[in-house]
Amino acid sequence: MKHLIDIKDLSVEEIDELIEVAKDIIKNPDKYSKKCEGKILATLFFEPSTRTRLSFESAMLRLGGNVLGFSEANSSSTAKGESVSDTIRVVGEYSDIIVMRHPKEGAPVVAAEKSIVPIINAGDGGHNHPTQTLTDLLTIKCEKGRFDNLTIGLCGDLKFGRTVHSLISAMVRYPKVKFILISPEELKIPSYIKKEVLDKNKIEYIETQNIEEYMNKLDILYMTRVQKERFFNEADYIRLKDSYILDEEKIINSKKDLCIMHPLPRVNEISVKIDNNPKACYFKQAKYGKFIRMALILKLLEEC
Amino acid sequence: MNIDSIKNGYVIDHIKEGKGMQIYEDLKLGELNCPVAIIKNAKSNKMQKKDIIKVDGNIQLNIDVLGYIDSDITINVVKDSKIIKKYHPELPEKITNIIKCKNPRCITSIEQELDQVFVLTDKEKRVYRCKYCESKAK
Repeated sequence: MKHLIDIKDLSVEEIDELIEVAKDIIKNPDKYSKKCEGKILATLFFEPSTRTRLSFESAMLRLGGNVLGFSEANSSSTAKGESVSDTIRVVGEYSDIIVMRHPKEGAPVVAAEKSIVPIINAGDGGHNHPTQTLTDLLTIKCEKGRFDNLTIGLCGDLKFGRTVHSLISAMVRYPKVKFILISPEELKIPSYIKKEVLDKNKIEYIETQNIEEYMNKLDILYMTRVQKERFFNEADYIRLKDSYILDEEKIINSKKDLCIMHPLPRVNEISVKIDNNPKACYFKQAKYGKFIRMALILKLLEEC
Repeated sequence: MNIDSIKNGYVIDHIKEGKGMQIYEDLKLGELNCPVAIIKNAKSNKMQKKDIIKVDGNIQLNIDVLGYIDSDITINVVKDSKIIKKYHPELPEKITNIIKCKNPRCITSIEQELDQVFVLTDKEKRVYRCKYCESKAK
């Protein structure tokens, strides 16, 4: 593993290995606190994403390393018209590993081709965001103890939600995984995901518009935001928006050990009243994000 | 109309009528110094009408791309006035700078100097995807 551009770059074994390292970091943080001493992580955020950037910076600092970078394209040489390749070549001379987020799809592929140091894709437009998927996987592993034999409800915007598409692609590699796809008609999962990922891997799935219908079957409920701008007309949005807001009432019939996840930021799709419910795992998920990023940095720098 | 037979080079036969010029452009035959002939609307028993391209020169052409354009095309490789190889091109694994990514969110839309590379992802359905953003070629 030299770069991480797409979750599909990782084999099941490599993912397992990262998860094991992350779990060990959670148990023994001190053991890792100086692993990256003297190393520099560059965070190149050509578009802002405070949460992801801080998670990476925190990960590197917890490993004893240092960070440098920029948080928006305006404060970089991109504003002067510099290409991704040139930026990466230069920054590669100043750092040991680069994390980049870019609004254009495929920009990290260009970077990886030219870079002399490992590249981590921290999101390229609506395309890939592999460390979010790794975060989701670590959350599932830590909260459920397994990847197989799980019924996973995916709720909200299943059409444009890249986190949902990547999570499906990652989870279909494990046995006995079922999906309940909960979305309004307008935001159903694209047919190519059904054909090329679910059907191809003979995965059982049910599509429904009703969030409560299969609630008692779910081991995991992964929520995403239903955005107004995805609808053709406002009337449809108003009709549907509340159906996908998770509150105490909707999870009344859920399993005791249901794990509710959300990639965050949340707007109003999960009621704040659920936050203290032990089933709510979305803030823990953010914490796991830092640990899996620590494991990834170590792996790419060959420090573990 | 007479077009002389060639000594060394290629005869690209069974091109769908009207596609000859596209192939001429895609193979950049206009940049060659050797004789090149495009025959349009030639009679064909199998196709009624077809286009043919003849390239008379001891040169190496990157003709793999023809498999993407039309795999029914026949390529004849000629040496010392004899056909030494006759075949239908296979779908290439990768095509470079033949088609352009139409995805406005793709990095190639803002970085014009990047090669436009498409990779074969489904041989059966002849699907090519952009190497960068993975959009399907249209």
